[in-house]
Amino acid sequence: MKLETRNSLTWRRFLPIFVLILFWQCLSSLGIIPRFKLPSPVQVFLGLRDLVELGMPPGHPLHYHILHSLYRVFLGYVFAAMLAIPLGIAMGWSEKLRMLLGPIIELLRPIPPLAWIPLSILWFGIGIKSAAFIIFLGVFFPILLNTTGGVLGIDPVLIEAARTLNASDRDIFFKVLIPGAVPSIMTGMRIGVGIGWMTLVAAEFTGVKQGYGLGYMIMTARDIQRPDEIIAGMLVIGVIGLCIDGGLRLLENHLVRWR
Amino acid sequence: MGLELSQVTKIYSGRKPEENVRVLDRIDFQIRKGEFFSIVGPSGCGKTTLLRIIAGLDQASEGKVLLGGSEVTGIDERMGMVFQEYALFPWRTTIQNIEMGLEMMKIPKKERRSAAMEYIRAFGLDGFENRFPKALSGGMKQRVSIARTLIMNPEVVLMDEPFASLDNQTRNDLQNFLIRVWDKRKDTVLFVTHNVDEAVYLSDRIMVLSERPSEILEIFDINLPRPRDRTSRRSNKIRKKVLELLSRKG
Ligand SMILES: Nc1ncnc2c1ncn2[C@@H]1O[C@H](COP(=O)(O)OP(=O)(O)OP(=O)(O)O)[C@@H](O)[C@H]1O
Ligand SMILES: [Mg+2]
Repeated sequence: MKLETRNSLTWRRFLPIFVLILFWQCLSSLGIIPRFKLPSPVQVFLGLRDLVELGMPPGHPLHYHILHSLYRVFLGYVFAAMLAIPLGIAMGWSEKLRMLLGPIIELLRPIPPLAWIPLSILWFGIGIKSAAFIIFLGVFFPILLNTTGGVLGIDPVLIEAARTLNASDRDIFFKVLIPGAVPSIMTGMRIGVGIGWMTLVAAEFTGVKQGYGLGYMIMTARDIQRPDEIIAGMLVIGVIGLCIDGGLRLLENHLVRWR
Repeated sequence: MGLELSQVTKIYSGRKPEENVRVLDRIDFQIRKGEFFSIVGPSGCGKTTLLRIIAGLDQASEGKVLLGGSEVTGIDERMGMVFQEYALFPWRTTIQNIEMGLEMMKIPKKERRSAAMEYIRAFGLDGFENRFPKALSGGMKQRVSIARTLIMNPEVVLMDEPFASLDNQTRNDLQNFLIRVWDKRKDTVLFVTHNVDEAVYLSDRIMVLSERPSEILEIFDINLPRPRDRTSRRSNKIRKKVLELLSRKG
């Protein structure tokens, strides 16, 4: 009974997408949308096949682009999370640290990660380090702010309860502050990964060394006038973003099942 | 090993000296070992403050707290606290909440588990040991909270309006439950409540505090045999006296 409703719900969720594709195909087939401006779904699908089989540029197939992009995001993301979570908890705990770092963070945060590209190239050259650094900047602040907020949101009575049960400061950190902040940390991780993924593709527009990356692939397709492959590339970016978010959401549902 | 308060005074300091709030004024009393001692007083008179000072969560401005003759400074293993809103860790299951204190003391997991399971059975929480607090009723949550404190075998159990947010029926059940548990263990209990009926039903003695700055108005002895009858003439008489004292000052 429960399963049934869930299944039909999933179907119903995808229905608007099917309708949109069908509608789009009809308009293309009737010649209402000129194909050189917006290729039809069938053409986009064929473009996708070319990306997989021939590659763009030729010899650089889609899955390599995906792997390179994912690797860059992963690297920047992991570093950002490893730094932002402990720092965020420390800032939630210590008012002094909040006073000290708060203004600096507020100043740096509104700078778009892409604005760091020139500096990043100056520091790290063009390559994986530079890309990871840009991702890092995009991911770091949402995780940091959410983690700090999560710690500040923990009911002080819980800390006192732990104290009366003889918890040491270490116990409080690991057994109250971290678990208590997990819901906010997960929110930050999800926002962060979304921003990281978007930032990455934009960063790859400005150049990559190895000749791989989804952003780079799309720019190459533009250079040789292949709108079908541009759109196929865009959809791939969207679907991967959706999958990453879905995975994190599963993790979140597991970690905060107590909510 | 009783609890003794000697001239405990608490002043919360404001921005200017004239904004200082004197909450407790030379509170002086003793609780015998194994005694069920209640504190009643008007809202905001400083009952929670007093309990927090005894628990070592807050410091007295003057005076001291002695337990078994030695002064209490800071959190003390010999004391346990039950909070009004349960204060359960929402990310821990029933059993994990109950064994939290043992975990802090680095007791091996197997021992912890079996000790916690005993409490789960004795407290009627069977079948809920792996549930999170969100899945428990208010009465169950408070039983978990009491178990979490009692499993540490504190010499003094401090309870701050533990039943205040429960409905009447659950409250009565838990009062009976608490008295049965206490009757077996004979812990020293310091119980804060708004509810005079509850204090008369449960306590050996009741201390009545005045409005802020709180002083002790009177300490009543309740020499009624247990199990008590909530509506007996003698209960009513004591209740009347306490209520009169409270309304006179409030
Ligand atoms: N940190 C604080 N700083 C300043 N004043 C405080 C502080 N904590 C409590 N007070 C004041 O001390 C008084 C006593 O508070 P307390 O919570 O101890 O009262 P209470 O008797 O427990 O009240 P209730 O019956 O409502 O639980 C209150 O007037 C409160 O405003
Ligand atoms: Mg109170």
